[in-house]
Amino acid sequence: MLQLNQIHKIFNEGSPDEKIAIDQINLSLEAGDFVTVIGSNGAGKSTLMNIISGGLFPDVGEVSIDGKDVTNMTEYKRSKMIGRVFQDPMAGTAPSMTIEENLAMAYSRNKTRTLRRGVTNKRRSYFREVLETLHLGLENRLSAKVGLLSGGERQALSLLMATFTEPSILLLDEHTAALDPSRAELITNITREIVDRYKLTTLMVTHNMQQAIDLGNRLIMMDKGQIILQVNEEQKKLLTIEGLLEEFKRIRGAQMDSDRAVLS
Amino acid sequence: MFTAIFGSFEAGIIYAIMALGVYLSFRILDFPDLTVDGSFVTGGAVASVMIMGGVNPYLATMSALFAGFLAGCMTGLLHTFGKINNLLSGILMMIALYSINLRIMGRPNISMLNTETAFSKIQDLFEKTGIDASLNKLLTMIGLGDSLPETWGILIIMILVTFVIKFLTDWFLQTEVGLAIRATGDNNRMIRSFSANTNLLTVLGLGISNALVAFSGALIAQQGGFSDVGMGIGMIVIGLASVIIGEALFGTKTIVRTTFAVIGGSIIYRIVVSLALRIEFLDPGDMKLITALIVIIALTMPKILEQSKEKKRKARKKAEMLNIIKAAERSGENHAAIKSDS
Repeated sequence: MLQLNQIHKIFNEGSPDEKIAIDQINLSLEAGDFVTVIGSNGAGKSTLMNIISGGLFPDVGEVSIDGKDVTNMTEYKRSKMIGRVFQDPMAGTAPSMTIEENLAMAYSRNKTRTLRRGVTNKRRSYFREVLETLHLGLENRLSAKVGLLSGGERQALSLLMATFTEPSILLLDEHTAALDPSRAELITNITREIVDRYKLTTLMVTHNMQQAIDLGNRLIMMDKGQIILQVNEEQKKLLTIEGLLEEFKRIRGAQMDSDRAVLS
Repeated sequence: MFTAIFGSFEAGIIYAIMALGVYLSFRILDFPDLTVDGSFVTGGAVASVMIMGGVNPYLATMSALFAGFLAGCMTGLLHTFGKINNLLSGILMMIALYSINLRIMGRPNISMLNTETAFSKIQDLFEKTGIDASLNKLLTMIGLGDSLPETWGILIIMILVTFVIKFLTDWFLQTEVGLAIRATGDNNRMIRSFSANTNLLTVLGLGISNALVAFSGALIAQQGGFSDVGMGIGMIVIGLASVIIGEALFGTKTIVRTTFAVIGGSIIYRIVVSLALRIEFLDPGDMKLITALIVIIALTMPKILEQSKEKKRKARKKAEMLNIIKAAERSGENHAAIKSDS
């Protein structure tokens, strides 16, 4: 479904701020895979997401979706195939437009936009139907401006908008990080439900290790622009936070020791 | 007095088309587009040159609309593909248009007096209907017979034209493309993640906006009987004044309501200016100053009103709380008094 082949990306090449953001990454997702991505700040997770979505282009390497090479395809064209939810609950919706108008825009994602009316009666009843699955009562507030919704409601709506047209790839970029624990749990549950219902191929970045272990069938750990650990379905069932931390120490331990030697 | 208000109404409804254009760029696309100062003149220039060249006035007016569309698209291209700051792209296009407008006209101003324009055609048609005579008779009956307008035709036709444009705008902003244009101004990143080409939509939006502005310019030139290379100076501020006054007075709850508000704002702006100019010591040269003052008042007044309202609300709340506390104390005292009695 998604193929990343020898991706390499350097920021500010040749300057003192030079940073290797992605270092020769290979990754392949099968249809229906739900992969959680963990790693410290600066590990390259967001850069990786942006390279997949088309917000950034790799220096070297190829991205392909559904067997089609999309490496040089612009972001807006590529987004026909990619659903995306951002960390900021304000980022995924248009605040001064109504709930139904926002859904209508999301509905047009994989179609050509025409001069037909965006919100028709037929669509409205469909929107009401999909909103009911969120159990937030939004189906009764179709003509409310999205700016009036709470952060949790907006994020739930963003998630629905990103997914109900069944994109080939779903990218979740720490989409629960800006919410309080109970709202985060709600969004996590909705995520699980939606991904299950539409059988979406998903890549989710998170800082919450427990969430990374609970959700999905695969897990990868990134550090310094590399994938340092891949956990498959069988191994993931037995995974614990302690186990993950130990694994990280084991892989990076040698390097940490040598860093310490240099500093002392 | 009546003639002055009638004149303001007539001008206001024509300028309202320009204000709708400014609303599209300024509010919908969130793009402060200074091209307006140039494209307004472009409209007037194209229309007057073509009319003087013997072209049908309606065709000339439509050509003006198209010329404005091109000017707006150019600004959009400078911003999206040239990656030039939005304010600066507008300024660059405005200054470029000054020379282009001079080239189109060939001289700084063109007079169309005694030439057939779209309005003189309408006026001729209207005289035959006899509506003018009956409306004027009505005015004489209610005692306004001393200052009768020359024709009602322009006003009535322009109300029709402006409202047709308003309804087209309302409809367009509800279509799939229109929704995407609105989202481009509201949350660019979001609509790009839903496969909309925001660059193209910005260019299209600015094109339509300036098409309306040029259309308005072409009509104003025909109404006044001349076009002048300086007739667009400060047009963006007048457009903003109309949008802001309208929004403050009539509200912005829905698109349909807001476009109506913009038209109302344009008419009210004209009335305020014409009333201000009747003050003894003000002369026509002060008009730009008056415009600036109106915009400043329209921008600051709502906030000041809001603050004073909030202050009053807090004072009332405080008084209520004090009363409750006092009442509680009193009942407490009574209670104590009863206790000491027993």
